[in-house]
Parts: sequence; C-alpha cells; structure tokens
Amino acid sequence: MAKIVVQVDHCKGCELCVEACPVGCIEIDNEVLNKLGYHPAKYKGTGCTGCGICYYTCPEPDAIIVYKKNEREAA
Amino acid sequence: MAKELIKSNEAVVKGALLAGAKCYFGYPITPASEIAQAASYYFPPLGRTFIQAESEVAAIQMCYGAAGAGVRVMTASSGPGISLKQEGVSYSAGSELPVVIIVIMRGGPGLGNIAPEQADYFQVVKNGGHGNYRCMVLAPNCGQEMCDLTIHAFEMADKYRNPVYVLTDGFIGQMMEPVEFPEAMDIDERAKADWALLGDAETKGNIINSIYLDQDELEEHNRKLQRKYARMKAEDVLFEEYRLDDAEIATIGYGIVSRVLKSAVDVCREKGIKVGLLRPITLFPFPEKQVAEIANRVDNILVCELSNGQMVEDVRLVGCRGKAKISFYGRMGGNVPTVDELAEQITKVAEGGDIDG
Amino acid sequence: MAKDILKKPDALYEVYHRKPGEDKKNIHYCPGCGHGVLHKLIAEAISDFGVADRTIMISPVGCSVFVYYYFDTGNIQAAHGRAPAVATGLKRANPDTIVISYQGDGDLAAIGGNNILQAANRGENITVFFVNNAIYGMTGGQMAPTTLVGQKTMTTPYGRSVQNEGYPIKVVELLATLESPAYLERCALTDAKNIAKTRKAVRKAIKCQIDGKGFSLVEVLSACPSGWKLTPVQAKKWITDRMMSYFPLGVTKDVIDEREGYHPEKVKLTGDRIEEILGLKKEKLFRDKSMSEVPEQYRNPQIKVAGFGGQGVLLLGQTLAEAGMRHGWNVSWIPSYGPEMRGGTANCQVHISENDIGAPVVDFPNILIAMNKPSLDKFEPTVQPGGIIFYNTSLIDRKPERDDVETVGLPFTDIGDELGSLRFANMVVVGAIIEKTRLLDEDIVKEAMKEVIHNKKFIPDNIVAIERGMAEAKKLE
Repeated sequence: MAKIVVQVDHCKGCELCVEACPVGCIEIDNEVLNKLGYHPAKYKGTGCTGCGICYYTCPEPDAIIVYKKNEREAA
Repeated sequence: MAKELIKSNEAVVKGALLAGAKCYFGYPITPASEIAQAASYYFPPLGRTFIQAESEVAAIQMCYGAAGAGVRVMTASSGPGISLKQEGVSYSAGSELPVVIIVIMRGGPGLGNIAPEQADYFQVVKNGGHGNYRCMVLAPNCGQEMCDLTIHAFEMADKYRNPVYVLTDGFIGQMMEPVEFPEAMDIDERAKADWALLGDAETKGNIINSIYLDQDELEEHNRKLQRKYARMKAEDVLFEEYRLDDAEIATIGYGIVSRVLKSAVDVCREKGIKVGLLRPITLFPFPEKQVAEIANRVDNILVCELSNGQMVEDVRLVGCRGKAKISFYGRMGGNVPTVDELAEQITKVAEGGDIDG
Repeated sequence: MAKDILKKPDALYEVYHRKPGEDKKNIHYCPGCGHGVLHKLIAEAISDFGVADRTIMISPVGCSVFVYYYFDTGNIQAAHGRAPAVATGLKRANPDTIVISYQGDGDLAAIGGNNILQAANRGENITVFFVNNAIYGMTGGQMAPTTLVGQKTMTTPYGRSVQNEGYPIKVVELLATLESPAYLERCALTDAKNIAKTRKAVRKAIKCQIDGKGFSLVEVLSACPSGWKLTPVQAKKWITDRMMSYFPLGVTKDVIDEREGYHPEKVKLTGDRIEEILGLKKEKLFRDKSMSEVPEQYRNPQIKVAGFGGQGVLLLGQTLAEAGMRHGWNVSWIPSYGPEMRGGTANCQVHISENDIGAPVVDFPNILIAMNKPSLDKFEPTVQPGGIIFYNTSLIDRKPERDDVETVGLPFTDIGDELGSLRFANMVVVGAIIEKTRLLDEDIVKEAMKEVIHNKKFIPDNIVAIERGMAEAKKLE
C-alpha cells in the first residue's frame, strides 16, 4: 500500500501539497509547531495512491518521501 | 632554438602557447588587437580554444570559468577594455583564480587615442575593481620579455592562484625584435586538483567562490589574501639596475620609457654625469626595498613616465624618508620623449634645477 | 518514473555543510518558493543520468546565489548576469563537463542580457535554467525585465508602465529567433501537469548537452510568494492567472533530433609538434659578422624608412632588421603610422647594433630612406652628418640640400614598375643599401626577404629587384 511520510522539521507549511493532492489525503497539522516554526503538513493516514504529485509540488527537498508500494515491498 | 624577428604582441601569444595556455578569450581593441589575431591563428591548430567574446566583460568572465576548470587561460586588451574587465578581475582575485591579462596601454582618458601612454598604472597596479585585492603586474620593455614575462605570468598566476597582468604600452607592443623562444611546457591540470573543478568525483567537492556572508569569515579571507600579497613582495620582486653603482642620480622608469632612459643615461655618462637607471619589472610587488635603498644613497631620483605621474607616487611612498630629492618628468597624449629630451632633464637635475614635468 | 520511493535525489547533499548557521538540513528559500522544486527536478535528472560527478553548477547572483549549498556537484559562483560567459569558459576548457547555468530574471534578462544572447548564439553546449518570477527576489522585490505591465514592485510603486519601462521581455521567444540554440521551452511550476512538463523539459535540456547537441534553455515560471506578497497557494494561482497569459507555455525551438551530436576531439600534441606549428623549427641562415667589417659610418646604424602607406616601407624595414638579426646583431623595428594607413605617411625605424639597443626610436638616422617628397622634407634635416640618404627620384623632384651626407637618388618606383609591379620598389632600395653601405650580405638579405614578405610567390621577383637595386647603385659610382 502506498503512503507518504512528512519529515516534520523540514516542512515550511506552504500548503502546496495539500492543495495539489488529487485525493485530498494531506492536511495541515495545526496541533504541531515544528522546529522551523510552521504548522507542518500531515498525511491523513489513508488514501495515498503513490502518485508522487505532492513530492514534486513540494519545494523542500527533504519534507516529503513517497512510498509507492508498501515500504517492505519496496525494500 | 632559432631566433625569430617578431612583433611583441605576437611573441606574447607564442610564449603563452609554449607555457601551455589552453584558452584565449578576448575582444578586439587597438593597440592590442594583434594579440587576439595571433591567438585566433595559433590556438585552434594546437587544439586549444580561441573565442572572440561579445564584450570585454564577457571575455574576462570566460577566463574566470576556464581558470576555475583548471586550465591556463588568458585575455588581452587596452585601457577602455581593461576598465570593463574590472568586474571579472575582482571576482577572479576574490575567488583566487589564476588568469593572465595582457594590457597594451593607449592614450586616455575616455576614448583618448591609440598612441602609447602609461596612464593606466593606477588602474592596473592599484586595482581598478572593488575590494581588498592586488594583482601581480609584470612590465616588459622588449620583445624577449613580452614572451618571457608572459610565461612567467602563467607561472606566477598558478603559484599564487591570482590574476597576473602583463602591462606594457602600445610602443612595446608594436615593436619587432628578435626573440628566442623556450621549449613547450607540458602542463598537468591534475596539479590543481586540490582546488579546481576538473569535472570528476575527486574535485567536485571544490568550490570556486568569493561570497562570504559572515563578516569574520570575509575578514579572514581578506587577511589570507593580504598574506599572499606579502609573500609576493617577499619572494617575487623583479627589477633591473643599470649603471647605478656609483650613481648620484637615479632615474626610474618602466616599459618604453626605461629604454629611452637607458640611452639617456649613456648620453649623460659620456658628459660625466653619474647617473643610472632602476627599472621595476614587477610594478606589484613594487621594488620597495631597492627604491628605499637608492633614495638613501643618491642625491636625486628622476622618475619618468608617459603619464601625469602615477608610479612616482609609489617611489615617493618608499623613497620619502631617504635623502634623495624626487622629481618627476612626464609626457602624455601618446608622446614618447626623445633620448635628448630625457638627457636634458637629467642634466637639469644634475645642475640642481627643478623639473617642470 | 520507475522508482518505488520518491525522496531527495543523490545530487543534493544529504547535509548542507556549506550552509552557515545551525540548520544544515533545510534550504534557505521562503515557504512556497519555486526554486526548491526546480532544484529537486535538476538534481533528480543529474542523478538519473549518472553525471553528478562531472556536472558543474553555476550559482548566479540572486536568491539562488546559494545553489552551491545544495548540489553535490562541482560548484562555481558567477558575477551578476555573467553565468553564460563563465559557463562558456568552463565548457570550452573541459568539454567533458556538464555545465548548468541557473539564473534568475534580473540576472539573465537584464544585466546579463547580452551574455545569454551571445552564448545562445554561439550554440554553447550548455544548459540554462531560467527562473522567471517577474521580480528581483533577493534585493527585496524590485522590478525585473519580466515584471508584468501594471505589476507593483519596490521600484514600480505605481505599477510597471509601458511608457516608462516598456513591456516584459519574452526570453524563449527572443532566443528562438537565433539559428544556434537546440532547445528552448517555457514551463511553469504550478499544477501537477505543468510540473510534470517541467520535469520532462529539465531532463531533455540536460540530455541535450550530454549528447552534444548544443545550447538549451528552459524558462520556468516560478512563484515568489514573498516578493509578490501572496500566500504560496495564491502565488501559484497568480502564475496561472496573470503570468501565463503573457508568457505562454510551450516549446519555442527544438531541433535536437535534427542535430548530430558534437563532441570536440581532445588534442594532445608533443612539444616538438607545438613548436613546429608555431613556426619555431625553421632552419635559418645565420652568419656572425663583426661590425668592424662594415665601413665605419654605417656601423650600428639607425635607420629610418619613410614614404606613403602602401609603398612597402614597413616591409623594407623588416627585411633590414631580419637580415641584421641573421648577422648576429641586435635589432629593433618599430612602425610609426600617420592617421590614415593608405595614402598617408608611414615610416618605420630600425636599429641594427652589436650593442644592446636602448631607445628603439630613431630621432637622428644615419641611414634615411625617403620614398616620397614629404619624407625627404621632414627627415633630411635629422640625418646625422656622415650619414646617407636614399631618395626616390620617381617621386621626389629635388636633390637633398645637405652637403655633409652621402646621397643616393634612384627612380625606385619606376624600376619596380619596370620589373612588373610598384610593390617591388622597396626591394630595389634594399639592393641599393646592400651595395652602398656594405652593412648586410646579399645572400642573407635575400633569405631575410623570403621570411618577411607575405606572398611567397613573389620571392623570385623580389630577388630580381634586390639584384637590380645593387646594380643600379653600382652604376652611380
């Protein structure tokens, strides 16, 4: 199953991934303030298709990792 | 190797190629165009690069790039072009890149004329660009030195990772004299692997850069540069002395003026005037010790230039504590003084008169 | 896109060790800035093509001045606008490198406008990524050459006006008018579709260089939320709504497939071959001659050759200097031109001496060659007593007035003409000088002439001219 991992302390909370995700599975986590001082993006936990759009939309090289398949399968 | 009667501006190019120069980037300007022309003729058959750049500004920046890639690179121009090149010279000095720049001075300011002057001493020797940098400046006065000092310039540029100028005037540039060329050098660019970008895994961690946002870092970078310039002063001053041993008058001049002075010294010696010549070959580092020593020894120093008095400031700076009276005689507009004219000035000094120059 | 995991490409450093401050893990760009996206796309392509080790990134001046913090490639920083010139130097010095110039709109289209135009026109085999965000980001939001009409910036506080600033520059359209570039496209970092197109363009442009196809440039419309004073999401919309209507997306030039890849041959020559090409391996006739063998008044002569431009006076002087050198003496030659090369006066000054030559000027010649009347009028008074004047009676209708010098008047021009061309006159003079002064040996002068004249097919005629000059001078005795 595909998923994304948001590396919280690399996110600048620009919301571009939230807006771009075709299935709406990313949201801004208003509960968390990261080390950079932003509310970071957060994977809702389900729905990711592994399309990679959020990765290519995100301006931060380290903020989003996309696993197109299950992590174990990928390895 | 056989001697060749050759125009100085062409001797520069052959010297550079024998020194392993791989790229020439330039822009035409009188009286330096023969250098670009000769380069365009000789670089390509040797598998080396000649490009006529879109501007002087671009030419020096191409040099910056090629120097960063670790090859021996050169450009040449004259006053108006050198004004435009100052951006790239400052960047090259800041990024510590070895670039050789040949300057054939013409008359200024502005468009001036194409006749020989030495009015760009301040610009070239005192650095015309921004920042706390210096460039080594070599001042040939004959065809042989146009070759030899061009080769030396490449050596010095690499030794110090610094831009080096070869500065002369239109007169020397246009002359033909016999030149004996040395053998071709084999240059290994791997020798620069500790700093240059050779396009491989070993050197990709190198960076060519002059930006230091942190004040302390930039200050330290500048201090390092100053140490380098101090080393130039300690190790690589060049000058020529002529009939100075028992001299009571020392003349000082470089480039074409030194040639005329040499003849004038001979003329005056025949008249019994004890006069000699000091010719700085490196204008930076300036032969400070020699000038200071001479200023303590002789009664009079006469500085002659094709300018309003530029190098004389350096002479005064180090000679002012000596006993010698320092006088200046200059011509401008492209006029080169005759032997008789300088002999007359020397005679005037010998008789205790003032020079109106 | 066969990867199972999408994450930071290898061509970006794991830790940004060059970045000052404590945070070595995050890029310095503002939230939502397009630079980060483009960095990722470029790094991904470099990694995928396996060229990171031989890539050199050029950091421009602007927000992306710190490109070298991030790319695990060779890095060089360039002056504002000069990246295409620096790229030219890098690439020409080492054609095996992959040179990428990363430039903003002020850098590329304003201060470096000519540099990009000319690098494109030379067809430099480099790749340029042009980030168009319609504003100067780093300096605090001033007008760029791509700022839209009506757009307010720090230096267009009332909005860009057509009357005052003109229209924004369309770079890829402009460059597409040139023959040389291989590939030019404008993309936009907006939605998934356009980012995918940008990704494709980035890869194509880098591949273009790897394959030796020549100059490529990708213009990327990119958000500057801080400069535009918009949120990242609003900024993205602004590109779509405002920029894309003026800066249409798409390919403006693509001739990659029509081109043969060009990979310059590496040439490594031996020292001998280099010296040969430079003409330094020629066998030359040399003969040491002592000045004591020369009549006293012509020893260590100072020679002035004067005439109209086009009479060959410079070559005449060069022949004497070349011959002097081949006798083992020191020589110097300098030209002195009138303002106009042809029809004006030209003269050259030659020293031949067994001593060191000081001043190369000749103020007082002991050998004067006057090829026309103005030259005789001007220089006759300067000749040293005991010297000699060769004057061209074809063009000079008077005799020299001096009685303390020797004079040799011959119709040099007429003789040359008789031998087939006016241009042989100068070598007739040379012959006369050989005969009258006994300074230079005939065989060596002939060899010197062969070296000096440009068109070697005239060697036989010039030999005849020298011999004729000698004969004519002998007749005068």
